[in-house]
Amino acid sequence: MTDTFSNPIESPVTAPTVSPIRKLVRQFSRSKLALAGLAVLVAICLAAIFAPLLSPQDPYDLMQLDIMDGQQAPGSTSLGHGFTFLLGTDDQGRDMFSAILYGLRISLGVGLTSAIAAALIGATLGMIAAHAGGRTEAVIMRIVDLQLSFPAILVALMILAFLGKGILNVVLALVLVEWATFARAARGSALVESQKEYIEAAVCMGLPLRRILLRHLLPNCLPPLIVIATIQVARAISLEATLSFLGVGVPITEPSLGLLISNGYQYMLAGYYWMSLFPGIALLITIVAINLVGDQLRDVLNPRNRS
Amino acid sequence: MLASLLHRVFQAALILVAMTVIVFIGVNVIGNPVDILISPQADQAERARIIAELGLDQPLWRQYLAFVSNALQGDLGTSYIFNQPALEVILQRLPATLELAVFAMLIAILLGIPLGLYAGLRPESPISRTIMAGSILGFSLPTFWVGMLLIMVFAVQLGWLPNGGRGETVTVLGTQWSFLTVNGLTHLFLPALNLALFKTSLILRLTRAGVREVMPQNYIRLARAKGLSNRRIIFVHALKNVLIPVVTVVGLEFGSVIAFSVVTETIFAWPGMGKLIIDSINVLDRPIIVAYLMIIVVLFVVINLVVDVAYTLLDPRVRLDGTKGA
Repeated sequence: MTDTFSNPIESPVTAPTVSPIRKLVRQFSRSKLALAGLAVLVAICLAAIFAPLLSPQDPYDLMQLDIMDGQQAPGSTSLGHGFTFLLGTDDQGRDMFSAILYGLRISLGVGLTSAIAAALIGATLGMIAAHAGGRTEAVIMRIVDLQLSFPAILVALMILAFLGKGILNVVLALVLVEWATFARAARGSALVESQKEYIEAAVCMGLPLRRILLRHLLPNCLPPLIVIATIQVARAISLEATLSFLGVGVPITEPSLGLLISNGYQYMLAGYYWMSLFPGIALLITIVAINLVGDQLRDVLNPRNRS
Repeated sequence: MLASLLHRVFQAALILVAMTVIVFIGVNVIGNPVDILISPQADQAERARIIAELGLDQPLWRQYLAFVSNALQGDLGTSYIFNQPALEVILQRLPATLELAVFAMLIAILLGIPLGLYAGLRPESPISRTIMAGSILGFSLPTFWVGMLLIMVFAVQLGWLPNGGRGETVTVLGTQWSFLTVNGLTHLFLPALNLALFKTSLILRLTRAGVREVMPQNYIRLARAKGLSNRRIIFVHALKNVLIPVVTVVGLEFGSVIAFSVVTETIFAWPGMGKLIIDSINVLDRPIIVAYLMIIVVLFVVINLVVDVAYTLLDPRVRLDGTKGA
């Protein structure tokens, strides 16, 4: 009996202490598929960031385009410049590989910006709702319900029909579509967390409300929000591509992957498959990689799976 | 029961009013209605005359009331392109969209439930793993991209099916239907499959989750102990309970299928409302846009209302007194 009593005091010293972050990394690495997804995702992000260095030409500098290179199949050599078109060219002689790298920048940029902005707005409103309760909560959550009862693509179409094309308008539409998901999740976990003893303790200590919300409540509500944010980035990229494909998204001067696919689509039936297929594959790999990472994050961050 | 029903109808009406305000503000405040409604060729006198005629010199709240009272009389403006009442133009295309949506839902049900059953009964088998991996793809792949691939493979490379349009139609009850002719069915198949893909994944996952939840329960064990055949246990005892959430989702998702038909119709040149709205946005035919949005809003509010009411009728545990949600 005396042994068991002394153990709790000694065990923290003798047991090897593992930092929580290292534990998360270890749990995440258990799925080879998710690790592969993460590796691909990092590679894609790097490719997008260093697009000007990696691409053989600036696809939107008209001086570098040669109409004689138009509609070249993958692997053919440029007449004027001497480099190889790895993925072929479009109708204006634009290297598809370069266009895809530049398109990735816009797709990823729009997806990340809108998801982060939506997370900030949604989480703030959700936590306010959970904390304030009463009429404030009812109003916020009714708007969330209303928003979520309409499909995302309709809401986005409606906003873009009013505002017109443009990257900023697309981001705005995506934020308006996505914030409700974050608000609902943030309210849910804030309600659960605020029942717990550490919040009660913080309240009893007389800490200011802002400190309780930001330093105590928020960090503990984060895990589900991180998972949702990851999945929402993929959703945003997919939705942006759809809107651009339909011709109501980004303008023609700043083509994302969706617009590249749309531009190439008219040539697809004529047999020039590469103009549309390769941007499509790039889009696909990006979305699947993000979803794989998001899925594994959900498993790792789920408190029920913590052993 | 009646009181709670009235309460729900009142809420639905409130949502409708809110949406008319949003659409009205979107068209009249964010976009400049003068630029939208008056042709750029008009001179100053003409502009002033039309502004007065359309009531755009009136205060905003009066314009809104005029808009609502016109809308209630079924007048949502005249299309610039078709030179017909906007509502009429859209309602002409509604049957094509409904036909596509219904067939997509049918495909989703006919594929999703059997595949989900199989994956739920044999969760460890390689086929089930393939089915589940496929359903992840079904969720991740953008609809337009799958549609393109379908056209590429089945219409261009193999030449089995047409790449767009409605094909031959038969006129029944004053509207044209494609599914009654063989040629029309071949035109309907690819777009319906495209539209069904996402919902198939959803129904498949729901069914699988339901099967896995139901199979270990006592009443299934009792059925086994009674010596019933495996087939009877699965298709009568288990399936009945598995299908409850599936039916709900099929009802709720019908609206979303109509929304996503915007994408499929554009790719397959299917002459429904979805293609019309995209064309109208591209040429700024605002009356059509407004009319489409109003119809969609009404449709969604009605679907949600019907599902809510159906809930109370099917499951007496759910009460519609508004205390559950808040």
